[in-house]
Amino acid sequence: MAKGQISIEDYNTGITRHKWDTKKLKSVHKIITKYDYKRGIVQRGYANRTLYLNLSTGAINEKPVTEYMKKKFTGGRGFGLKLLWDSIKPTTRWNSEENELIITTGPLCGTTQYPGSGKSLCLTISPSSNIICDSNVGGFFGPYLKFSGFDALELQGKAKEDIVVVIDGEKGSVTVEAAPLEETNSHLLNEQLTYTYASEDTDKSRQKVSVISSGSGAEHSWWGCLNFSFYDIRRKIPRMKQAGRGGLGTVLRDKRIKAIVVKVEKIDGISNHPADPLTLAQIGTKLHKEIRDLDRFQCNMRTVGTGHLVEIMDAYDLLPTENYRFGSFPKASKIYSPEFYKLFTKIIPDGCWHGCTLACSKTVDDFTVKTGPYKGQKVTVDGPEYETIACGANMSLWDPLWILEFNFYCDTYGIDTISAGTAIAFYMEMYEYEILNKERCDGLELCFGNSEAVLEFLHRMARGNNGKFITVAAKGIRRVKDWLIKKGWGDPKLIEECGMESKGLEYSEYVTKESLAMQGGYGLTLKGPQHDEAWLIFMDMVNNAIPTFSDKAEALHYFPMWRTWFGLNGLCKLPWNDIEPANNAETNEPSKVPEHVQNYVDYQNAVTGWNVSKEELILQSERCYNWQRAMNVWMGRGQRKDDWIPYRSMGPVTEMEYLSRKERYDKQLIENLGLTEKGLEKMDVKEKIKILYNFRRDQYQKLADAVYYRRGWTPNGIPTPQKMKQLGMDDPKMLKILQQKIDEDEKTGLNVWGGNYNKREKPPCKEHKYWEK
Amino acid sequence: MERPPTVKILKFYPEKCNGCLECESSCSMIHFKTKNGGEQSAIRIFKKGNSYQIHVCDQRGLCLDMCPVGALTRKKNGIVWLDKKTCIGCQACVGFCPIGAMRKSDARIEPFKCISCGACVRACPEGALELVERKVDDIKEVVYHKQGV
Repeated sequence: MAKGQISIEDYNTGITRHKWDTKKLKSVHKIITKYDYKRGIVQRGYANRTLYLNLSTGAINEKPVTEYMKKKFTGGRGFGLKLLWDSIKPTTRWNSEENELIITTGPLCGTTQYPGSGKSLCLTISPSSNIICDSNVGGFFGPYLKFSGFDALELQGKAKEDIVVVIDGEKGSVTVEAAPLEETNSHLLNEQLTYTYASEDTDKSRQKVSVISSGSGAEHSWWGCLNFSFYDIRRKIPRMKQAGRGGLGTVLRDKRIKAIVVKVEKIDGISNHPADPLTLAQIGTKLHKEIRDLDRFQCNMRTVGTGHLVEIMDAYDLLPTENYRFGSFPKASKIYSPEFYKLFTKIIPDGCWHGCTLACSKTVDDFTVKTGPYKGQKVTVDGPEYETIACGANMSLWDPLWILEFNFYCDTYGIDTISAGTAIAFYMEMYEYEILNKERCDGLELCFGNSEAVLEFLHRMARGNNGKFITVAAKGIRRVKDWLIKKGWGDPKLIEECGMESKGLEYSEYVTKESLAMQGGYGLTLKGPQHDEAWLIFMDMVNNAIPTFSDKAEALHYFPMWRTWFGLNGLCKLPWNDIEPANNAETNEPSKVPEHVQNYVDYQNAVTGWNVSKEELILQSERCYNWQRAMNVWMGRGQRKDDWIPYRSMGPVTEMEYLSRKERYDKQLIENLGLTEKGLEKMDVKEKIKILYNFRRDQYQKLADAVYYRRGWTPNGIPTPQKMKQLGMDDPKMLKILQQKIDEDEKTGLNVWGGNYNKREKPPCKEHKYWEK
Repeated sequence: MERPPTVKILKFYPEKCNGCLECESSCSMIHFKTKNGGEQSAIRIFKKGNSYQIHVCDQRGLCLDMCPVGALTRKKNGIVWLDKKTCIGCQACVGFCPIGAMRKSDARIEPFKCISCGACVRACPEGALELVERKVDDIKEVVYHKQGV
């Protein structure tokens, strides 16, 4: 497979081919509702309409995208927030009738010249966290949705039977069809629907169809992901990318949606009708050249994707191993990127949207499935990406083939690899401490490294009708913590501190113990512990570039805002800093990659015809970021207590962890806490852990103080009406909600800083209610 | 699909060139129906010292594996061909061409390249250009780069 220049017709991956009787599948489709629309022209990145479907009532209609919406919410995730605000209630939960699943695009989405421009943003009320979760994903759906006429798709209500929603951008129609016979699991379902709805029996035609689906795992767990397909003309299958976090697939299946299909009539290089296509082609080509010349010396994305991170994380003690107890492991070299490089198919374009030459979407073709319903079949595995490989480390699985097996089944069952991997790692640790055992685990021996048990867990979960453990375990760490504590099977504090979740969502795969800023990057977030808001470990821990609380707070202001911007526009963040100009290190602020920031300024202006500056990009994000936080407050969350993180992400919970990095922790007790070597000798490990615990917990509170202050929030983390007005987000209803909450906090004494400040230390501001001044 | 054994590529005799750029005009006639030459020509002639240099595609085909939609193919006659109708204008081939021979004109979003049509050969008053036959296996470059190389 390492040979290049194989003609597309001759390309063969050797996977098991299926022959679908699409006529039979289609013949039993009963059309429940149909809506015809006139396809408009996308102008300067906006289709200027959104599509609303109510699956309970059958209502389908269009909503205009107003200039007000563009000004306040930009697009993408911003539009999603606006649509949710208009539709849900503060009491809405993931399975409420009025909860929505929203797929949005963004004005720059669908551009083909600039790498990483095909992202969709998905929003819903998450089963894991009970607040808004947004998740971004590649694949063709977002661009096709826009080119079919809509900036966003809004799905409310629940269908009575399994349905597919078909948006036909060729004919200009939307149908809701009962679809009883199709498979549920994504790798087969996507194939069936792609073949069913392609206008002609050609690969080019199939490439114009994109499907969103989930799988049987999503029906029985709260980890459901959305699989977005993109048909690969060489491999001749619909491949897929995942909107993984927050259980969006679970919401999809709760609405009885089997899949959403979109078909586009045609696309070309200017389907977005940008204001200035020449500039767009220029900056895009410049970046292509940069990637051509530098990627192989930087991240190697084109050859191994994000998997290149495994060896780096292992080297810096950041690769989560055995449920984040350790950051490196002697066996880790077995899953370094060269091991996956041996398995990946090389050479051909692996972007998840056209024109992405960073091409990180690697696949293993010709993989023989070892277990479960597809045992013995040869399949294409999309990935694994860094997070999935690191989940292997977290569960102590050190065989690339088992990681692929885990990856394949998570994908096709519609399960988020991150949540599943992090959660199973926690269950394994509980198993090691005998808080769980074979009997309590429905007969599964869930000890570290038991790959068969992991897969068996997934298969049983996907089949449904399970015992108590699998039923609870499939809802994630938070519910298992409650269950274990209620059963009285272990020390509640140990259970709370070991399970890596915050706000109900499982952590993604980085060890944050030695980087306070990154602890904030996970904890002081909108939707939960996910590194898409900030990744500051190197800046903080390795380069020590942000030593003070206010430095860290500045980073925890700028980077979350900057990264939010990608989601407002339908872009991928990787081409921003996973490829850097050759002279980036010589610039004033290398961590911001100034030349690429300028690219994005030029890019947004070239598409929309606006004339914005880099400061205004941050302002666009700040509006939406604060709005989302304010919506969390409206839903009774979004406060300091919700930004709590488990101690496992801050420091050593157990004696074994302390002893494994004894030198480091002892040194810190001496240097930061003024203990003497002699004093340390007299202490036992428990005592040292306790001192470190109190110190680090307090550091985190002080960080929260500094960050809230920088972001213009109260000490309880509430965005102030003053800040909202300053940003132009002056919806009177929202301002009133925030003011009421702040008044309430005043009565309950929550408008005070969380850190313990001694005489030499200062809180961010001494004035009470500083925001009123 | 059968693999073409040979391909015709342009050979340039700088000692015969007088720098009249008739070749460029004739090329832009083929691609853009103008006589502008310059950035609308797939063949470029540059003055270098007292002599001239050619800059044109040599049909090595590295771009074939770059195209996400299959708009680039090697035709039966061996040339690397860009199908405008299929192309989605992403510029990946332009950015990744190691010799800059895949070109983009301001006139349209889709790039263009030399198709060994011979228009420039016929247009050259001095006989400085010639189409010569080469084995595809001798000129094609297979892999852009491997891990860490």
